[in-house]
Amino acid sequence: MAAMLSFFQQIGSKAFLSLARLGRAHIFLLRTFGALPSLWGEFRLVIAQLFSVGVATVQIIAISGLTVGMVLGLQGYTTLVDFGAEDSLGQMVALSLLRELGPVLTAILFAGRAGSALTAEIGLMKVTEQLPAMEIMAVDPFKRVIAPRFIAGFISMPLLAAMFSALGIIGGYIVGVGLVGVDDGAFWSQMQAKVDFYDDIMNGVIKSVVFGVVATWIAVYEGYEATPTTEGVAKATTRTVVHTAFAVLGLDFILTALMFGGL
Amino acid sequence: MTEIETSQELLVRMEGLKFSHGNRVILDGINIDIPKGKVTTIMGPSGTGKTTVLRLITGQLTPSAGCVMVEGQEVAGLNRSALYALRKKMGMMFQSGALFSDLSVFENVAFPIREHTDLPESMIRDLVLIKLEAVGLRGAKSLLPAELSGGMARRVALARAVALDPMMVMYDEPFTGQDPITVGVIMKLIRTLNDSLGLTSILVSHDVAEVSQISDYLYVMSGGKVVEKGSPEVLQNSDSPWVQQFLNGLPDGPARFHYPAIDLADEMLSE
Amino acid sequence: MNQKAKMEIAVGAFIVFGILALLMLALKVSNLTILSGDDGYELKAGFDNIGGLKARSPVMMAGVRVGQVSNVVLDLESFEAVVTLRIFSKYNNLPKDTSASIFTSGLLGEQYIGLEAGGEEQVLADGDVLAMTQSAVVLEQIIGQFLFSKAAGDD
Repeated sequence: MAAMLSFFQQIGSKAFLSLARLGRAHIFLLRTFGALPSLWGEFRLVIAQLFSVGVATVQIIAISGLTVGMVLGLQGYTTLVDFGAEDSLGQMVALSLLRELGPVLTAILFAGRAGSALTAEIGLMKVTEQLPAMEIMAVDPFKRVIAPRFIAGFISMPLLAAMFSALGIIGGYIVGVGLVGVDDGAFWSQMQAKVDFYDDIMNGVIKSVVFGVVATWIAVYEGYEATPTTEGVAKATTRTVVHTAFAVLGLDFILTALMFGGL
Repeated sequence: MTEIETSQELLVRMEGLKFSHGNRVILDGINIDIPKGKVTTIMGPSGTGKTTVLRLITGQLTPSAGCVMVEGQEVAGLNRSALYALRKKMGMMFQSGALFSDLSVFENVAFPIREHTDLPESMIRDLVLIKLEAVGLRGAKSLLPAELSGGMARRVALARAVALDPMMVMYDEPFTGQDPITVGVIMKLIRTLNDSLGLTSILVSHDVAEVSQISDYLYVMSGGKVVEKGSPEVLQNSDSPWVQQFLNGLPDGPARFHYPAIDLADEMLSE
Repeated sequence: MNQKAKMEIAVGAFIVFGILALLMLALKVSNLTILSGDDGYELKAGFDNIGGLKARSPVMMAGVRVGQVSNVVLDLESFEAVVTLRIFSKYNNLPKDTSASIFTSGLLGEQYIGLEAGGEEQVLADGDVLAMTQSAVVLEQIIGQFLFSKAAGDD
């Protein structure tokens, strides 16, 4: 009985801790939003972050996008050719990438490359007392450190997702048209006939904007809240990648249900 | 105990200050007065809440009870903008230096000036060079913090702390882990900057010999309380055995060498 | 300074490539016509049965894409499907007696409208109605007809 009681107590206190964490994360987000207007005129801060968040992620996005597209081209062809519908390969590759794979895989790769780096950087600024030093110099770290990184992630994600999808389609084209012999014209015309700018492309962009906010939010929050020790920063970095993956996959389901129906 | 002369103007007053973290009591009702224009040191063994005192003065932490008054304002009662206005008049040198690792030495010192003033670039340059000259590191202005030794990093941090000519500078363990020459340099800098710029300096340290030489007043803390205060001479002649143990670095005394445990013989026989 | 310039160039290139990727998706992949400024003109055609024709299905003439279906509605008086075709403005000299049929590309492919030019001098203008139409061939109907005629022939 006592064991059971303490079991429920533990669940209860865990729940309270998670609630408190969720609350802190949202207060954090509000403070970040509050600091955004002060970035006006401080573009060099944002440019520096676009470099370390966006430019640094291009390589992995480009390689992954191209290879995912090539695999889609090959696998799609082997399935479609059985129905004599291999002309629809372009449509299949484009829709898979634009609606799902582009935004989702970009967000997960972003968490692994840029998100973890953001968490580690901010966490280490905490370990080396750079954040408290800033506060004592009466400089709000939210304006100086958090907001520029947040904006950079927000801007980078849709651009990276667009690159991923565009290169994926090119990868599918290289394999489909170049290697296995789908008709060049059919590949593009089928794609163009079935891909809608608003339904498919804009919804994909909206998804990647949402993922951009969430992935960057998790990354900077985990860094800011990290226990200022070597171990604390290591744990926070892992949490960033894991939490972003869960959040992105969960949100993707909800957004897909809202955008493309089915629920 | 001798009282610090009440005629002196006080910059910081702490009264009945308590602070606890969770269930752990860190400060248990302390009274500390920091007179203007002097070097005051808070001493004590590690983990007695010395750094917590500094964080309460800067408003990074809020006391559980009691109050901290800086220039007659209660720090805990200030809103964010008033607190930031007060912090512009404070400088702090962290134990690690806390230099911004992505900025050069020059830009680190220029940082508070750029953030809080609209001075033209040429004037910022002059101000930074003067501050760097004062700590003897004008020649290192284009280095990155990673290229500095620990002592140099602290001197840059000191230049940054006084960049805006604050009214007070706080030093968190300025001597820890430094070679004797660096310790000597930092000691000299603390004293001369205090006197030449008309600063008020607050040190937190456990390096007895060094702080005794440069401090006007000393507070000794133990277990979250102030156990002794006064000028260095007063402390040397303190009749408290604990203070004597601390000042002379005796391994055993009122502060036990052993972590509390049952008798060794009992423990060995109990198996 | 040099380092800073390099960084700015890299960020600029990043933004440009990102926007180019978005433009490629918009123009090459979805064939967004709004941006190209080609509104074209609209024709209407009534069909008894349009099969699987939908908005955005292609409109072809002699195998060349000349426009797309912009809208499909059911006319409640005649119970015909009224299809609105948006024809690219460069194909502005289609004869008045052009006929429209619904075809399927391949056995399982998508359905499209095929236009066949007539011989009249007058040309179609915005809002005109195509008089001659041929409905979609529905696979089940053909099989049904085939079985029926087979049964009748055996008699």
